[in-house]
Amino acid sequence: MSDHRVELSRPVSDEVRKTTCYMCACRCGIDVHLKDGKIRYIEGNRDHPVNRGVLCAKGSSGIMQHYAPARLDSPLLRTGPRGSGEFRKISWDEALTLATGWLGEVRDRDPKKLAFFTGRDQSQSLTSFWAQQFGTPNYAAHGGFCSVNMAAAGIMTIGGAFWEFGAPDWERTKLFVMFGVAEDHDSNPLKMGISKLKKRGARFVSVNPVRTGYSALADNWIGVRPGTDGLLILALVHELLKARRIDVDYLVRYSNAPWLVIDAPGTADHGLFARDAEGKPLVFETVTERVVPAGTKGARPSLSGRTPLPDGRAVAPSFQLLAEEYLDSRHAPEAVADRVGIDAATIRGLAEEIGRVAFDEAIEIEQPWTDVYGERHQTFVGRPVSFHAMRGISAHSNGFQTARALHMLQVLIGAIDCPGGFRFEPPYPKPLHAHPRPHGKSEHFGSNQPLAGPHLGFPLGPEDLLVDAEGKPTRIDKAFSWDAPISAHGLMHMVIANAHAGDPYPVDVLFLYMANMAWNSSMNTAGVIRMLEDKDEATGEYRIPKIIYSDAYSSEMVAYADLVLPDTTYLERHDCISLLDRPISEPDSVNDAIRWPVVEPDRDVRAFQSVLIDLGARLRLPGFSDSRGQPLYADYADYIVRHERRPGIGPLAGFRGLEADRTGRGAANPDQLNRYIENGSFFSAHIPPEAQFFKHANTAYQDFAVRMGFFDQPQPVTFQLYSEELQKFRLSAQGLREPAAPEAYRERIMSAFTPLPSWYEPFEEAGVDKSAFPYHAITQRPMAMYHSWGSMNAWLRQIHTRNPLYVPGAICDAHGLKDGDWVWLSSHHGRIKVEIARSETVNRDTMWTWNAIGKRGGAWALDPASPEATRGFLMNHLIHELLPPKGDGMRWSNSDPVTGQAAWYDLRVNIERAEPDVTSQPHFEPQKRGTREVADELRYGQEWSR
Amino acid sequence: MHPALSIIAFTTASGLGYGLAAVLGLGLLDPTSVATKIAHFAALALISAGLLSSTLHLGNPQRAWRALSQWRSSWLSREGVMAILTFIPLCIAAYGAIFQSRYLPIAGLLGTLGAAVTVYCTSMIYASLRSVQAWHTPLTPACYLLFAGAGGSLLGLFFAASGGGNVLVLSVLSVVLLVAAWVLKWLWRQHMLSQVPLSTPESATGLGFIGKVKLFERPHSNDNYLTSEMGFRVARKHAAKLARLSVLLGGVVPVAAVAPLPLSGAVNPAFAVLLAIVAVLSHAVGVLTERWLFFAEARHAVMNYYGH
Amino acid sequence: MTSLPSQPTPKKLGLVIDLDVCVGCHACVVSCKEWNTGGYGAALSDQDPYGPDVSGTFLNRIHSFEVTPEGGEVVGEAGAARLIHFPKSCLHCEDAPCVTVCPTGASYKRTDDGIVLVDEDMCIGCGLCAWACPYGAREMDLAAGVMKKCTLCIDRIYNETIPEVDRVPSCVRTCPTNARHFGDLADPRSAVSIMVAERGGMDLMPEQGTKPVNKYLPPRPRKPLAANSAPAAEDTRGATGFFAWVDDMLDRI
Ligand SMILES: Nc1nc2c(c(=O)[nH]1)N[C@H]1C(S)=C(S)[C@@H](COP(=O)(O)OP(=O)(O)OC[C@H]3O[C@@H](n4cnc5c(=O)[nH]c(N)nc54)[C@H](O)[C@@H]3O)O[C@H]1N2
Ligand SMILES: Nc1nc2c(c(=O)[nH]1)N[C@H]1C(S)=C(S)[C@@H](COP(=O)(O)OP(=O)(O)OC[C@H]3O[C@@H](n4cnc5c(=O)[nH]c(N)nc54)[C@H](O)[C@@H]3O)O[C@H]1N2
Ligand code: SF4
Ligand code: SF4
Ligand code: SF4
Ligand code: SF4
Ligand code: SF4
Ligand SMILES: [Mo]
Repeated sequence: MSDHRVELSRPVSDEVRKTTCYMCACRCGIDVHLKDGKIRYIEGNRDHPVNRGVLCAKGSSGIMQHYAPARLDSPLLRTGPRGSGEFRKISWDEALTLATGWLGEVRDRDPKKLAFFTGRDQSQSLTSFWAQQFGTPNYAAHGGFCSVNMAAAGIMTIGGAFWEFGAPDWERTKLFVMFGVAEDHDSNPLKMGISKLKKRGARFVSVNPVRTGYSALADNWIGVRPGTDGLLILALVHELLKARRIDVDYLVRYSNAPWLVIDAPGTADHGLFARDAEGKPLVFETVTERVVPAGTKGARPSLSGRTPLPDGRAVAPSFQLLAEEYLDSRHAPEAVADRVGIDAATIRGLAEEIGRVAFDEAIEIEQPWTDVYGERHQTFVGRPVSFHAMRGISAHSNGFQTARALHMLQVLIGAIDCPGGFRFEPPYPKPLHAHPRPHGKSEHFGSNQPLAGPHLGFPLGPEDLLVDAEGKPTRIDKAFSWDAPISAHGLMHMVIANAHAGDPYPVDVLFLYMANMAWNSSMNTAGVIRMLEDKDEATGEYRIPKIIYSDAYSSEMVAYADLVLPDTTYLERHDCISLLDRPISEPDSVNDAIRWPVVEPDRDVRAFQSVLIDLGARLRLPGFSDSRGQPLYADYADYIVRHERRPGIGPLAGFRGLEADRTGRGAANPDQLNRYIENGSFFSAHIPPEAQFFKHANTAYQDFAVRMGFFDQPQPVTFQLYSEELQKFRLSAQGLREPAAPEAYRERIMSAFTPLPSWYEPFEEAGVDKSAFPYHAITQRPMAMYHSWGSMNAWLRQIHTRNPLYVPGAICDAHGLKDGDWVWLSSHHGRIKVEIARSETVNRDTMWTWNAIGKRGGAWALDPASPEATRGFLMNHLIHELLPPKGDGMRWSNSDPVTGQAAWYDLRVNIERAEPDVTSQPHFEPQKRGTREVADELRYGQEWSR
Repeated sequence: MHPALSIIAFTTASGLGYGLAAVLGLGLLDPTSVATKIAHFAALALISAGLLSSTLHLGNPQRAWRALSQWRSSWLSREGVMAILTFIPLCIAAYGAIFQSRYLPIAGLLGTLGAAVTVYCTSMIYASLRSVQAWHTPLTPACYLLFAGAGGSLLGLFFAASGGGNVLVLSVLSVVLLVAAWVLKWLWRQHMLSQVPLSTPESATGLGFIGKVKLFERPHSNDNYLTSEMGFRVARKHAAKLARLSVLLGGVVPVAAVAPLPLSGAVNPAFAVLLAIVAVLSHAVGVLTERWLFFAEARHAVMNYYGH
Repeated sequence: MTSLPSQPTPKKLGLVIDLDVCVGCHACVVSCKEWNTGGYGAALSDQDPYGPDVSGTFLNRIHSFEVTPEGGEVVGEAGAARLIHFPKSCLHCEDAPCVTVCPTGASYKRTDDGIVLVDEDMCIGCGLCAWACPYGAREMDLAAGVMKKCTLCIDRIYNETIPEVDRVPSCVRTCPTNARHFGDLADPRSAVSIMVAERGGMDLMPEQGTKPVNKYLPPRPRKPLAANSAPAAEDTRGATGFFAWVDDMLDRI
């Protein structure tokens, strides 16, 4: 009967090339199947430590990313006005000569007039090095508008952060609590992990105003009101303290809980740690009843009790202050339930469950190990409760302290880097002092010289701020100034506004890489567009005179560049996922990876990193050219192999040494990239079993870290529940410490820099009339899109061609709204007209939409009539980079006052019914639709069909 | 369901054609008259036009011949086979009438039978689909058959009035069939409107044990093949209006035209022809409307996944 | 042949989809498209790919539903609505109406493993099978004019040119949460059959009489947190105040 023929064993492809995905920062390993020189299929690399063979929707649509008609195909010089998208194609020679001219002139005259900022950059170790050699103080990547609260709070509290630098122990955790995560950078491992723990029957709790994505899988959804997680976490701490569910032994060993804090109000030492002559913090020893340096062998430090020091000053263990603070009934579940929007019983139930699992279900792994104090342990004791958090707590103006509170909670129950808890990923943990101080004071730079040190780092006190004698910022983004003293990642979201305002000074060249600043990565997008278009009345020149931009696709930002340096796609270039950068290690292994050109570019484009290295040589930057001005590196591939940051330490840790037998430290190996390619484009070194937990205080791990070259000597971490660094800023705010904080900043520093984690009302909420703007509005990342760069992808864009505003049923009912209605959504700053959809799976005061689906007409090679441009919308129009003016006329940046993290999710709104429409508002004139031909039908792979 | 023009035109035209063929096959018209010869021709033309139009919506019409192969299981295939088989007696009967002015009873009766079976097959294409609950009832073939019969007798009446035969018989037949068709259609529609949905979002997802299921997000924001093909929606208000219109045009007007026709025929034959034309055209428009609604109002089970 | 196999097929290959862990990421959707465009049969085309009316052929799609309990299971915190992501592709039904309606014999169910396929060389693109399928598992490719549907990646699962571990459907291989499982549902000892038995795997629209081979695992029941919440008792073991307790603990270490 069956005459149907099916060819079952057709070879998939001619060849498989293994490289690394770049459609988000997860950096999964991929197997690229090539057939007739074209991409036939992309699948996950089963051996890869990050994704173990799986791929997300973006990764699986690499073909359409790679062949998108929106790809740029040649360097461009602007011919029309900014924003029109009208360009002339120029040669690389012309482009590089022009860029070298612009940049060389700035470097010679006043290097700070170059602002070099990079967005979704995965080569920050190169771009920052380049910027340092150039000598401008104005460099940062996107962390400031992204998740610096998370990173800074983590590093300052536990020496590492959730943010890519650690992960829950998916194999062993029994209770997993996740705060404010829609997708995250580590998205495939998170998906794999959540599913693994659910299959084991572990409990998964999600704290999130919206119940979609991961939260949809949670056993318990805690639909908090945005910006109140701090209250919730401190209530959990209150309950755990009250129930005495805390790991006292752990606190004494690994945290600064016993360190003595000076109680001498009105003096410059108040609230700082009492230290011995060598600067070692002191503890009170209970057996001898003496004050001894922390870490003294055999000492039994006290966690409570006020004592006088020999010099008469009163001191108390920091834990005493902590317990007094959080046992206060202000922090009781009943006291916060209303504000958080969650009933007290649920909060108590969660605290109870955390305590129960941590202590009654503790686990032990038989594995002898030695701690850094020399004590031998027979087992690793695990408190199988793990946490994870991302921008839901981070993207608020109180996010830094909220993230600190969460880390404090983890330390209190002894759940950091233990079996079943949150586990560090090498090279983390790393103590705060092992990070550099920021460089960018006026004495750090000058004409034709490199910056004196790295741009970014952590100030340990107000003395490390990048301000001049008057307290004015020296950086264009005002990072590390009184505006945002610990802005460890810079404030990319302020660059255009500040440069436009000439505050603190104007710039000559704005050099951007991979950041769609004219659209979705800016707050107040329409305002930013105006700033980019704005001309100086006197000279007729643009206020920001020259913009150089590197993108691979015709994004909204491209239309605002004067000179466009077209990049390759991720399949056409070398890249390096380095331990010097944002690493891809896992808790059990140290990993790094490369990309290499698995297909050759068919256009006149060049890899940006190689272009940057070329520019470095043309500008004769040290580090890029030798003493005779000859280029040091042929291209990025050459740099990856031969560049050394410290002797023997280069961008890649694997296959070092001439025999390719050295790991971490070793001479450059000319064959290194081939060895990576043979190995599937990654390298992985296992952490020895006795070094896998308690890395912050584990001798074997510390030795391993030194061997690997993370540090030159062991760098154990003591968890900083109480932050002395923050207290130093308060002392400045009280005028007790030099430099003293300017008057206008004092109040906010006092309230935001509490040395113990605290909660305060998000600034926008505190600043607007709550009855005029009664609701919250937030965005979430769709899993199938990466910011703005999914819409040129024919397969991905179909999933989200437009985005409705999801409005809770209760608000719909109150305003008589139903699916498909149009509304005006307004904030203190502006209003947008959008289409709504009703939803029940959301906090009752919160509306939300998918992030960055709305597009400008003509961008991304889309027809301007596409739904992305007509019905899609950006929430960004409602979010201002500045807070509403206060009585004093001063407008603060809409950011966390400690780190400068952009407070995207503080937004308060009002909703009103609008006339039905077909176009969302605001709507922009379309830009020119690129230069390539755009097909009206795709039949990809038809030539292979049979 | 998407009311595809080609399919509506096909079922309407072939229904009329097969109806007329059946009337001819029963020998109700005078084989010697010119009108009857034209009627045979018209029946074949309507059937062929219908069949041709049905191939218009095929993705690969050049392979349409393959559709004859699965008569053992597929109503669509049976319809194709029957259509072709039925052509044989119909052509023989037409040959007899046109060239020999003869009524050939065996060919005629076989033609009538074939026409009925073909229309039945057509209707069973729809009635056999459990996925479209409105269609999945014996009332569907009954309606199709009666509409074909009514349309055929109206056409027959027209040819009779034009000199082809006994107006009275066909008038009576027309009225009876028209009334029967619309009564049944009315029942059919009541049946559809009062149906408890066989499948629901709850049964479609299996999630009813948790609670009420409502679509949150469809797979792709734009329409896709399924939503354009199966997701057609007509507002209830409009549907009711159109349904009334279809009865009016397809039933009331033709009956009103046909009832006085035998009498008027005696007075003024031309007027009788005019009445027959009015009846036929009005009926055709009414049936087109009915067919449009037949598709537009039918809800496909897959829409349980698409929130409507 | 259009007629269904007269005997139950000795193997019933199909998918088991775990609604408890699907996060709705669409990875399986895109991976399926990528494997199949350029694989079995005509490419899966996209119309107006960069314009307003973009739409393409997909063999697998993800819906999301809000489910609001009304006296049913109390989920999460009492009464709260739940969001459930819902992947859907061909269920390879045992009584597949899509097969029996096909006039050409292009649609068929394989007698040895039960996979339902379209022989595109025979398909006239009449669309009737798509009407017959209650699940919306068939989509006409508008460029090729032939019916497309999930092939269960027949050109992977038997493909001797790829490593054995990879002989699973593309969607199964890529799913980051391992929500998709492939196997023989006729064999009660297969991993998928055991999963179905243990988790109460269910049929979609059983009332349609299609007897789907694919099964869906319902979301696991949830345990509310508030149930835990006896008020946090002050633990007064052996000490009076909090700090006394702390110091007592220290002594025991
Ligand atoms: N697919 C995809 N993956 C991505 C990206 C992408 O665009 N697409 N972007 C990457 C980038 S740059 C980043 S920074 C990461 C971000 O990764 P996530 O942090 O996961 O991203 P967001 O979408 O900002 O998610 C924030 C979540 O917090 C919730 N939320 C908002 N306010 C609050 C609050 O006050 N409290 C709590 N508890 N929750 C709140 C929101 O509902 C949302 O679910 O994702 C990365 N990964
Ligand atoms: N309302 C709201 N706004 C937000 C957020 C939010 O949660 N809500 N999140 C914020 C966050 S956390 C972030 S990180 C930002 C992200 O915002 P952006 O940094 O602007 O991210 P993308 O939209 O991905 O834009 C990056 C640019 O890189 C380009 N690109 C893609 N591939 C390549 C390549 O290979 N080479 C080069 N040279 N360029 C390439 C893209 O074409 C695009 O123009 O958005 C922020 N904006
Ligand atoms: S998560 Fe997806 S997009 Fe990101 S690297 Fe992995 S496969 Fe690529
Ligand atoms: S890949 Fe897996 S988790 Fe993602 S949508 Fe498909 S079945 Fe669900
Ligand atoms: S799911 Fe639909 S297409 Fe698949 S076998 Fe069942 S009826 Fe046929
Ligand atoms: S579309 Fe093709 S497979 Fe479907 S019923 Fe018609 S001929 Fe058969
Ligand atoms: S089995 Fe293959 S064809 Fe079917 S949905 Fe999965 S990937 Fe697509
Ligand atoms: Mo970000």
